[in-house]
Amino acid sequence: MRYLTLLPLFFGLASVAIFLGCVELLLTFGLLNQFVIPFPSAVLGSFGRLFAEEQLFHRLVLTGTEALAASVLVSLFGISIGVLLHRCRVLQLATEPWIAAITAAPIVLAYPLFLVMFGRSAVTIVAMGFFAGLAPVILKTLEGLNGVRKSFINVGHSYKLTPAQLFWKIELPAAVPTIFVGVRLGLVFALINLIGVEFLINFGGLGQLVNDLAERYDLPGVFATIVFVILVSVVIFSALERMERWFRPADRS
Amino acid sequence: MRASSANLRLAPAEIAETDLIIDGVSKRFNTREGTVTAVDGMSFSIERGEFVSIIGPSGCGKSTIFSILGGLVRSFDGRVTVNGEEISGPHPAIGMVFQEESTFPWRTVIDNVAFPLEVQGVAKAQRYEIARRFIDMVGLAGFEQRYPSELSGGMRQRVAIARTLVFEPKILLMDEPFAALDEQTRLLLGDKVLKIQQDLRQTTLLITHNITEAVQLSDRVIIMTFRPGRVKRIVDIRLPRPRHGDVVSSEAFGRYVAEIWSDLREEASRGMAETEAGARQSKA
Ligand SMILES: Nc1ncnc2c1ncn2[C@@H]1O[C@H](COP(=O)(O)OP(=O)(O)OP(=O)(O)O)[C@@H](O)[C@H]1O
Ligand SMILES: [Mg+2]
Repeated sequence: MRYLTLLPLFFGLASVAIFLGCVELLLTFGLLNQFVIPFPSAVLGSFGRLFAEEQLFHRLVLTGTEALAASVLVSLFGISIGVLLHRCRVLQLATEPWIAAITAAPIVLAYPLFLVMFGRSAVTIVAMGFFAGLAPVILKTLEGLNGVRKSFINVGHSYKLTPAQLFWKIELPAAVPTIFVGVRLGLVFALINLIGVEFLINFGGLGQLVNDLAERYDLPGVFATIVFVILVSVVIFSALERMERWFRPADRS
Repeated sequence: MRASSANLRLAPAEIAETDLIIDGVSKRFNTREGTVTAVDGMSFSIERGEFVSIIGPSGCGKSTIFSILGGLVRSFDGRVTVNGEEISGPHPAIGMVFQEESTFPWRTVIDNVAFPLEVQGVAKAQRYEIARRFIDMVGLAGFEQRYPSELSGGMRQRVAIARTLVFEPKILLMDEPFAALDEQTRLLLGDKVLKIQQDLRQTTLLITHNITEAVQLSDRVIIMTFRPGRVKRIVDIRLPRPRHGDVVSSEAFGRYVAEIWSDLREEASRGMAETEAGARQSKA
């Protein structure tokens, strides 16, 4: 059992190591241009410098705080708006196509507008993350609430539940797994846009660092930061997946 | 009025009381292919403490009449009277066991069964105690903390039955509650439901397509016609009570089964033919 979970992990890590080794060799023999691609060893080596001189940890906390703020806002507003639209059918029919369209729109391009409204500040960054992540949460909340099995609702009616009881005891818990999928999507969208805007307006945490280092042409540093961002995302989203399983006792078997 | 009532363990005064009156109930659905009359002018009544089954081929309108009696259907023709009051929504005296999967996947077995008590505001310790009793009764002791996904389909259905019984409804409506069970479990659980029904003097309406089950449990069996759903015939089951699972091997039992089957066969084959013809037509 344990062997079976460790084996894929081992192969995954081994293939990454082999790939990096190959890149290192190709660079050494001049088959790859080292002015475009830094040595993997140099990238690894620059982590110490990033933590010591570029306050990588501090920046992580900064971006993390922004992400947390955006996530809380996205969940709070997304779920509430979803519930509201579910209650009000006319409103839902009127807005759902728009919201779906917004999900596909590159909201990050609207950053100058936010810059004008909120200045070059954390508020702009959080606001961008918020707007980018909102649509999927609304849509998935709607999907979850609309998809509650008729027989569950009928059970509720047969016990003469009040509308509030019906919502809190049946509709919402039945929709939670779907809503959480939306929250996870929303957080992905928010995080991507957060770091993107940090990069674009050269302000804040990790995104700004990539911008900074790129301008100084510190290639190993840029790559190391990008690797770091990817690792952090992986950790966050596997944690979210864990939480999702926790919200879905139905599939725990 | 009915010879079978002599076998009921009821005080004479109670026999006369009628719990459920269905008077000329019809229900039409508007579909893309036109109007479907699911139930057409059904009338029957059920007396207090009586166990009545409705039997009929698939699609004859059994679940429709079940939802109407449960107060879940707002627009239908005719009148349904419970305890002397005409219903206009779910009646508090009625407990329902649904045909479709209805256990809540986000609640454990015990929280599922305790649900009606929780809604009524019964304290946790007390509602768990009551719930345990009913979980025991349907043979699920030891599974209290499991989630429905960790149970078999038949076990989930037993959870649904326990959840309905837990608030001891005066009138019990069940829509094919044993359909997902094997024959042995079906007989044993039928026995238990029957015992509870007799103890609580519950008025029970069981919807089924299993003739054995209908005869084993009922005082009367209502046979329905297929499309439109009407009462074809009502058969009094004059088998002595209390009945156990072994009643099925008696000779009288066999005669009832044969009698009902001959009525039902016509309807079932008509149902099959019409459904097939309908499918061909909509394909063409
Ligand atoms: N919501 C609905 N809209 C349209 N037609 C419906 C609807 N519900 C039921 N019907 C039709 O009414 C008829 C009776 O359906 P019903 O579910 O009552 O059958 P049933 O006797 O319970 O069948 P089964 O034994 O298969 O459960 C069927 O022909 C079905 O197609
Ligand atoms: Mg049915």
